[in-house]
Amino acid sequence: MEKVLFGLDTFGDIPANDNGELLSDAQAIRQVVAEGVLADQLGVDIIALGEHHREDFAISSPEMVLAAIATQTEKIKLSTGVTVLSSDDPVRVFQRFSTLDALSNGRAQVMLGRGSFTESFPLFGFDLNDYDVLFEEKINLFSQLLTEKPVTWQGKTRAPLQNADVYPKTESGHLDTFVGVGGSPESIIRAARYGLPVMLAIIGGSPERFKPYMRLYEKATEQLGTPVHPVGMHSHGVIAATDEEARELAWRSIRVSMDRIGRDRGWAPMTRERFENEIENGSYYVGSPTTVAKKIARAIKSLGVKRFDLVYSAGNQTIAERQRTIELYANEVIPQVRSILAEDAND
Amino acid sequence: MTKQIGIIGAGKLGVVLAQIALKAGYQVDIAGSGSPEKIALTMMVLAPGAEPMTSAEVLANNDVIILALPLSKFKQLGASSLAGKLVLDAMNYWWEVDGKRDDFNDPQIGTSELVQNYFKDSQVVKAFNHMGYHDLLDESIIFKPQCEQPKALALAGDNKQAVLQVQQIVTDFGFTPLVLKNLHEGLKLQPGINTFGANLHLQALQEAIDNYTDTTFGQQIAQLN
Ligand SMILES: NC(=O)c1ccc[n+]([C@@H]2O[C@H](COP(=O)([O-])OP(=O)(O)OC[C@H]3O[C@@H](n4cnc5c(N)ncnc54)[C@H](OP(=O)(O)O)[C@@H]3O)[C@@H](O)[C@H]2O)c1
Repeated sequence: MEKVLFGLDTFGDIPANDNGELLSDAQAIRQVVAEGVLADQLGVDIIALGEHHREDFAISSPEMVLAAIATQTEKIKLSTGVTVLSSDDPVRVFQRFSTLDALSNGRAQVMLGRGSFTESFPLFGFDLNDYDVLFEEKINLFSQLLTEKPVTWQGKTRAPLQNADVYPKTESGHLDTFVGVGGSPESIIRAARYGLPVMLAIIGGSPERFKPYMRLYEKATEQLGTPVHPVGMHSHGVIAATDEEARELAWRSIRVSMDRIGRDRGWAPMTRERFENEIENGSYYVGSPTTVAKKIARAIKSLGVKRFDLVYSAGNQTIAERQRTIELYANEVIPQVRSILAEDAND
Repeated sequence: MTKQIGIIGAGKLGVVLAQIALKAGYQVDIAGSGSPEKIALTMMVLAPGAEPMTSAEVLANNDVIILALPLSKFKQLGASSLAGKLVLDAMNYWWEVDGKRDDFNDPQIGTSELVQNYFKDSQVVKAFNHMGYHDLLDESIIFKPQCEQPKALALAGDNKQAVLQVQQIVTDFGFTPLVLKNLHEGLKLQPGINTFGANLHLQALQEAIDNYTDTTFGQQIAQLN
């Protein structure tokens, strides 16, 4: 059986000190570097940083932060979640990540996405009306750049390329590339069309509802004759010594962060009932190590994913709280999930 | 007679409504913005049985239509193309998709009223707008083995007959309908109101609607009434 990989994801939320005061953006970024180093020491497979352009999150240039982590770590895969390709330039994205790949001895991974936020559009001078065409064209160009051969390309969203060779090349000849997907079936088919692996962002509701999407991905690759890659998923969570403690922490971190984001979109604040339901049946991986391990194992088995990333830092948690989630995840949850999966495989 | 419904928009919401409608025994025709081929695979896998078509074909084939496309796109459908039909408006103003639009965020007139004004020969009822697409799928009791109290979905319309018909559809789809006084009241289900995103049972949803003035947008609405 193929090995399941475990990751930790963050958007660079701003940590609070013990008095509840927020740290600076700069401190938040240095904290993520420290957490990446810790995750590597504890044997976590992947750290993935998401690009955002809003007050709640300090990371707008994930590959800069990953570069810092790269030079202090040995094994951990350095990924994003996601890199907003629509408002970026595919050539530069390739260059930045092939540079990261060099710095990390081949541990770079880029996850392309449309982003679930749109702040980057006005910031970089893109029109939201072009949301679809921007991503479609840019992923097309990016997939050609992945061949690491001279590229000739023409489109509406950037200057044409005539036999352009792009540097640096990677040592392996292949930059590890994923596509991050929310709930849109169209995005699954697009990833299949380019033969790229899919990461599902499952941020609410039961993970089982994504089962048909797994089938859609397989069917699409079958029809298009492209390779089938293992699929991954990411979801939010908080781990503490007891379920009680984890729930209270999640209520003042994940819930607060979700409400803040939801408010901009006109969503009503989350009720306690809804929050508890996300923990019981939905997509919040909150509790003691055993509770969380069982829940992750259930999701992995039911969907058949080969990678699970825990989004660990939502809201304004203290550094100690964040580190505790990382330590419990690495030291207790991952081994427990592996043994549940192994037991089931032997049944 | 088999029940029949047409869905315009084959994205996150359109697919979920197609899945629910099929399970409820409806015949389903569905269209995205482009050709049927573009959505054929999605339908085959996610909602087998739903018939992919062009939107013109969906409109020609059905008397009951759900609008599940971005709000800023509804005028891409001809004003007379829905004449004589019952139209369920599930669309919301989502600025990240629709761009900044003051007319979609106006406390004087709801977005479903704008839709009704445009399709003036149709009966527009606001429905299926306030619950997220994955909640709709997770909560519809038609997928649940054991009998549970269904969650409530609010709807708003001006025509009694049309509202009755939509009540039946909401019930068929596995929810408890909660009927508001008229289409204008649909404002109380829009983004910015505490009902938006609501996944609640009947009484709690009614309370959320009654407390609409808890929000800034709700207060603006109340001041005008
Ligand atoms: N997502 C939710 O949870 C939710 C819940 C309640 C209500 N809503 C509302 O439902 C609507 C759709 O949302 P969504 O999340 O499903 O968006 P989505 O995933 O982006 O899907 C939009 C769909 O509309 C289609 N479309 C666009 N222009 C069209 C046209 N002129 N004729 C026919 N189809 C057209 C698109 O087709 P192409 O892909 O071919 O462009 C796509 O299939 C929005 O108004 C939203 O506010 C959403």
